[in-house]
Amino acid sequence: MSLLYALLAIGLLALLFGLILGYAAVRFKVESDPLVEQIDAILPQTQCGQCGYPGCRPYAEAIANGDEINKCPPGGESTIRQLADLMGLEAKPLDDAHGSNDVKKVAFIREDECIGCTKCIQACPVDAIVGASKQMHTVISEECTGCDLCVDPCPVDCIDMVPVKVTASSWRWQLDAIPVKTID
Amino acid sequence: MQSLIDKIRQGRFFDFPGGVHPPGRKTLSNQDVIGKCTLPEHLYLTVKQHIGAPGQLQVKVGDEVLKGQALTRSTNPFALPVHAPTSGKVTAIAPHVSAHPSGLAELSVEITPDGRDKWIDLTPIPDYQQLPKTRIIEAICDAGIAGMGGAGFPTHIKVSPKKDVEFLVINGAECEPYITADDRLMREHAWQIRQGIDVLCHLLNPGHVLIAIEDNKPEAIQAMQVACQEKPDYIICPIPTKYPAGGEKQLIQVLTGREVPHGRLPIDVGIIMQNVGTCFAVADVIFTGKPLIQRVVTLTGEAMTKPCNVWALLGTPICHLLKHAGYEKAQQGVQRLIMGGPMMGFSLASEQIPVVKSTNCILAPTQQEMTLPEEEQACIRCSACADACPVNLLPQQMYWHSKAKELDKAQDYNLFDCIECGACAYVCPSQIPLVHYYRVAKAQIRQQEEEKQKADKARDRFEARKQRLEEEKAERELKHQQAAEARREAMHKQGDDPKSKVAAALARARKQQTSDETTAAPETADKVAAAIARAKARKAAVQQGDSAPSDTADTAAEDKQAKVAAAVARAKARKAATQQGHAAPSDTADTAAEDKQAKVAAAVARAKARKAAVQQGDAAPSDTADTAAEDKQAKEATASKSKTTKQVKPKDKVSTQVTAADTPVKPAPADDREEQKRQRVAAAIAKAKQQKAQKDRQQASSTADMPAEKVAQPLVEVDEQKKQRVAAAIAKAKARKAKLDMQSSADNQQDKTDE
Repeated sequence: MSLLYALLAIGLLALLFGLILGYAAVRFKVESDPLVEQIDAILPQTQCGQCGYPGCRPYAEAIANGDEINKCPPGGESTIRQLADLMGLEAKPLDDAHGSNDVKKVAFIREDECIGCTKCIQACPVDAIVGASKQMHTVISEECTGCDLCVDPCPVDCIDMVPVKVTASSWRWQLDAIPVKTID
Repeated sequence: MQSLIDKIRQGRFFDFPGGVHPPGRKTLSNQDVIGKCTLPEHLYLTVKQHIGAPGQLQVKVGDEVLKGQALTRSTNPFALPVHAPTSGKVTAIAPHVSAHPSGLAELSVEITPDGRDKWIDLTPIPDYQQLPKTRIIEAICDAGIAGMGGAGFPTHIKVSPKKDVEFLVINGAECEPYITADDRLMREHAWQIRQGIDVLCHLLNPGHVLIAIEDNKPEAIQAMQVACQEKPDYIICPIPTKYPAGGEKQLIQVLTGREVPHGRLPIDVGIIMQNVGTCFAVADVIFTGKPLIQRVVTLTGEAMTKPCNVWALLGTPICHLLKHAGYEKAQQGVQRLIMGGPMMGFSLASEQIPVVKSTNCILAPTQQEMTLPEEEQACIRCSACADACPVNLLPQQMYWHSKAKELDKAQDYNLFDCIECGACAYVCPSQIPLVHYYRVAKAQIRQQEEEKQKADKARDRFEARKQRLEEEKAERELKHQQAAEARREAMHKQGDDPKSKVAAALARARKQQTSDETTAAPETADKVAAAIARAKARKAAVQQGDSAPSDTADTAAEDKQAKVAAAVARAKARKAATQQGHAAPSDTADTAAEDKQAKVAAAVARAKARKAAVQQGDAAPSDTADTAAEDKQAKEATASKSKTTKQVKPKDKVSTQVTAADTPVKPAPADDREEQKRQRVAAAIAKAKQQKAQKDRQQASSTADMPAEKVAQPLVEVDEQKKQRVAAAIAKAKARKAKLDMQSSADNQQDKTDE
């Protein structure tokens, strides 16, 4: 008899918790994978596609599904380190197959050579190029992520990737970089 | 609260943690009155000399400017104008090396003084107490006054706080070694400083004014006490000398014991702090109208033969001031010029760097005085830096993480609370330039944050673009869908039409099929006949299309028939003629003949005549007569003598048919040209059709038999006229028929033999 009571009690409890869990699963359902959001927040959002995915978010999803974390040249070492921290992986050097992390650049359109074909406007992932058909185009350098995607479509090769100029506010205290000059 | 004021009045101050006591070396430069400096050859006014946004340029190259004229205009609350320090000409607006540790070139206005030093019209406002506060604040902003203690924060923002001000602290501590600019200013211009304090008090309405001066400047303390003796609210506070007591937060802590919380401003604890130099400049603006165009700069260091303080115009290149102070490079092993003090200053990259609003000292130490930084040793964890830190940080930990670029961890140790005073590096036994590491780490963190913001913006833009593209696509699809629906509706509106249309189309297709069959059938039987039939049909169609009168159409049709018949007849005649030509080659010289029938007839006649003549000549040559009767006789003779009746028969036929054909054509309406034209067109079409039929046949009988070729060759040679082709075609057709017959008969024979 006591065995029956025990079984009954356990069974009821199991049913109760099952109901609670079932309700919670429906009520507190997480809409999207929060891990993807976190990874996407770390990625530099250049949308350059150098990782082999069409944008930063697809790469974030790929990382969440187990892809390598060292495929983002614009992010460089610091991004890899942050991703390694987040994913609990070992930080590894940047995969050279996806390009190198050189100086930050922005696109620059030599405006007198532009024919106004709008091809670069269509290529720009962040709408950082303004212009209209048969009108000169120009890059909003503030918005440019330096992804390079506009360079190839240009039929007249009038887009250059120009290194971002160092200003006093963006200077990083590289005192060694100052040439020591002896003034006579 | 009263107790706090009492404590301050009694000179019982608080203390801040850490701090160092470096040798002051102030007597080097504080002995003489502030000197005047000569005008330099060029002045370089950096457009942005303060924290905030640069002003908007108001002048262009070549403009003549007067002393005190604004070169830029303030366009937003954090922008300050700069003014021409003397009268002269704007000779360039270009990047020039700036007073920044990086030594990077920044946009500057170059002024070449004309030596007249002519002031612009000044508008002092000595009755400021009657004016609204905004008017005074505006005047301070327009004068371009920024904090002159070092940071260069725009003063007009600082004097318009949103909160109540309990203490207005006037900072005359000047804790850094060597610098005596504020010391000399207080000694010589205490009265004007007090006037400035009055203006600030009017604006801020503080509970108390504390004038903090380090106790190593007794003359300045005394001068200020004298200047402020009428004002019991102004408390002169001689604070103990300890570096960095002049730091904003440290001074607040010394005077009131309050600490400014992390990430907050002094106003959050009810305190506003202004430098004595700023007070002097404010007084200048209000009582004389002069904008900020000059400041006191200490020129000191043992490499200067005449260390002193000077009134330096903003924009004066350092080299000009060095000349004034008798700088001797020989006394320095390696050239080393420091802007600011030895603790917080930075080495200058060029002697062309101009004086800016926050330049308080140019230091040129000898090597004995200040040894060059030795090679950095490993940190020995002595924690001397932690003891010296005035902000209670752990410099060794921050150093550790900054060096390893573990920026998050460095931030965990409150890296951004570091005031970069340099006390830690001063005490470090391992000669580690700690502050430099912190600065690099701070710059990196700032950059990362900036990049993060940019990344967020880029993400937003990317997603906005994606959404836009999707919307556009959906819109396009919707449009297409609507267009399709509109089409469908339009068709429905027309009712049964589609059905009837389909039926009509089907009927047409069927008709075509049947017509094809009908045309195909005779082709097998008799292609020529088919061609003629088609031509007739076509002709009729054309006439119907032209909606020609029915009677003319009928006549035209008849004409057509006649013409076709004539063509066939002509071809036959031609054949006969050529055959005759073979018999009598001399008669085939009628190549260019236009009227074939006539010629053929003539030739035939001639041939007959000749033959008759020959015959008659043979029989009785004298009886040659030229009459028609004789001709007839000859004809009969030839007819009798002709090898085949086949040859003769067509001849007769030709003559009769030719006349038959000619008669309908000739009386045909010559006046009605259109009619004629139409007939011609019809004839041409018929000819073309026949030609086509001929071609088909040629293709069919690619292995053209001998007789056909024999007939065809001369024809082609002679003339390209279609009639001939028609004739050739007919001939070929006949030949082919004959051949086929022969073949079939041969086959039959073979079959028979086989049997």
